[in-house]
Amino acid sequence: MALLEIKNLHVSVDGKQILNGLDLVVENGQVAAIMGPNGSGKSTLAHVLAGKADYEVTQGQVLFDGEDLLALAPDERAAKGVFLAFQYPLEIPGVATMTFLRTALNAQRKKRGQEELSAPDFNRRVFDAAGKLGIERDMLRRGVNVGFSGGEKKRNEVLQMALLEPRLCVLDETDSGLDIDALKVVSEGVNRLRAPNRAFVVITHYQRLLDHIVPDVVHVLSRGRIARTGGKELAHELEAQGYAQYQEAVAS
Amino acid sequence: MNAELRPIKTAAETALSAAFAAQKAQLPGMASAREAAFKRFEAAGLPHRRVEDWKYTDLRALMREAKPLAPRPDAVALARAKNAGAAFAAVEGRRIVLVDGVFIPELSDLAALEPGLSIRSMALAAGDPAIAERLGHVVATDNVAVALNTAFMADGVVIDVAERAALTRPLHLVAFNSGGAPASVFTRSLATIGKGARAMLIESHEGAPGNDYQVNTALELTVGDEAHVDHVKITGEGAGALHVSSLMVAVGAHARFNEFLFTAGAAVVRNQLFVRFDGEGTVAGIRGATLLNGREHADTTLVADHVAGDCVAREVFKSVLDGESRGVFQGKIIVRPHAQKTDSKMAAHALLLSEEAEADSKPELEIFADDVQCGHGSTAGALDDDLLFYLKARGIPAKEAEALMIQAFVGEAIDGIEHAGLRDTLIDHVAAWLKKRS
Repeated sequence: MALLEIKNLHVSVDGKQILNGLDLVVENGQVAAIMGPNGSGKSTLAHVLAGKADYEVTQGQVLFDGEDLLALAPDERAAKGVFLAFQYPLEIPGVATMTFLRTALNAQRKKRGQEELSAPDFNRRVFDAAGKLGIERDMLRRGVNVGFSGGEKKRNEVLQMALLEPRLCVLDETDSGLDIDALKVVSEGVNRLRAPNRAFVVITHYQRLLDHIVPDVVHVLSRGRIARTGGKELAHELEAQGYAQYQEAVAS
Repeated sequence: MNAELRPIKTAAETALSAAFAAQKAQLPGMASAREAAFKRFEAAGLPHRRVEDWKYTDLRALMREAKPLAPRPDAVALARAKNAGAAFAAVEGRRIVLVDGVFIPELSDLAALEPGLSIRSMALAAGDPAIAERLGHVVATDNVAVALNTAFMADGVVIDVAERAALTRPLHLVAFNSGGAPASVFTRSLATIGKGARAMLIESHEGAPGNDYQVNTALELTVGDEAHVDHVKITGEGAGALHVSSLMVAVGAHARFNEFLFTAGAAVVRNQLFVRFDGEGTVAGIRGATLLNGREHADTTLVADHVAGDCVAREVFKSVLDGESRGVFQGKIIVRPHAQKTDSKMAAHALLLSEEAEADSKPELEIFADDVQCGHGSTAGALDDDLLFYLKARGIPAKEAEALMIQAFVGEAIDGIEHAGLRDTLIDHVAAWLKKRS
């Protein structure tokens, strides 16, 4: 059984149809890239999977591990193993990163019927994961993402991903706002998490990110549905030719 | 000219007049001050919404009746007070206990007073001309709630900290209402912190839930030159209580003064603060957090009066309003003509957790000096949906996500408290409030 199966998904935001009969299958262990022009529905797809309220599903189905994902609240989806790495991670003044991480991890464990982690065990895991991403301990004591640079925010997203050990990671334009060094650190962080029982949906506008996180399959999203599917070489083709043909193809 | 002609008295006003006539002879000392204060009350009546300072807290409407003056606590009341203030054990303060407005030495921790510290009963001290001279003069006001307090005050404490004395333990004034028959309690305290002294004074006001009682409490606090004083007032009265508090503070030169008001509980709370900066070079933080639910009403009214220049004052008030509650903030910064280089900033933020909750905010600046930095900001709004989604997307259930956000919101004010034990205790109070809410 596929880990994620999206069938004929229609989604509208504020009455405007964004996803238009999207079909997508992501297998366990797979890295699937979703590329497409601005406005094609990439971020909508990411938010619908995570369960954001303003997105109205008018038709279709999303199965996660065979279960109806759309029937679950956002926190329940997270506990099942769905993780969205935000394009613009939010700042939460007054909530220390450590508190945030511990609350999230323990809430998920509780929902899965697991014991809460002891403080030393939790600390060790965080410091381990943070060390690999070059995140200073001082940053963990500060408010979540408060005063962080763009690169630091994205590294913090990967830290959360590493700690929460999701089964499906949706990366929403993780490369946006990153310089080449930050892109490398973040990509390496993601690559370390690749595993046979974990899949990735990597949403990006540019092929650049896919040089670092090499996908198994590339889907082109256009006008709210998958217009083409190919191997990793498809990303290079898009980089060379642009998205013009997809925009016209659907428009005609 | 403020004395409006009001021939018709409310039931509460009539009851107060009768109580004063009948009981003034038994009240301790200060007879002429009491008479003058009562005249002030009779002329003005209970303040109502057409009196600008009471615009959002119409005491005349909120106070349907005046409860009889509380009797001296009996053995049952004292037994109930045994664990009063226990919620603040982590503070390790020196307990000074008032039960139904009466100072109870047997329940207080008066052993081995630190050098330079003196604690006395107001009822006993009120006959002392030296006390009479000071009372009502720290920051003089014609405020009607203060006048009522002066007229009816039964007891309280007189605390003196000598010059240069450094108290190692906080003083913890516990005002406990025992929950007997409906009653009203008038307490008046006077604290004088000498030059260069260090003191922390915590006041916690607690009472039995559901009991119907009225508290009018007042504290006059003098912060000497170069002194370092923290005053924290926690209002956690029972659900039926009406609590009116007046705090008058005169701060000397080159002092440090930190004020914190924590309010959760009581049906109606009015916290009024009159802070006057008499000397240059003082740094002050005046902060507060209010948590309301149901039909609770809490009003914080602050006047920061800069008589001397070159002081820095930061005022931050946060309120979390749920149910049909109403949070009021009135803040006035006055900068007198010679108080140049004053740096005073005030912020009031309200978080509305329900459609029915209401926040009223009235910041005012009255500036008569030309070289100052003053400002105020005020916001009211709901929790940010995008932030909540971020937390939920990480597996944190909606209620817990809200709680985390609320704690963060209030935390910005609580973090200003220097005493770690007290800070943690108040954070626990917030957590308990949140738990009760969900």
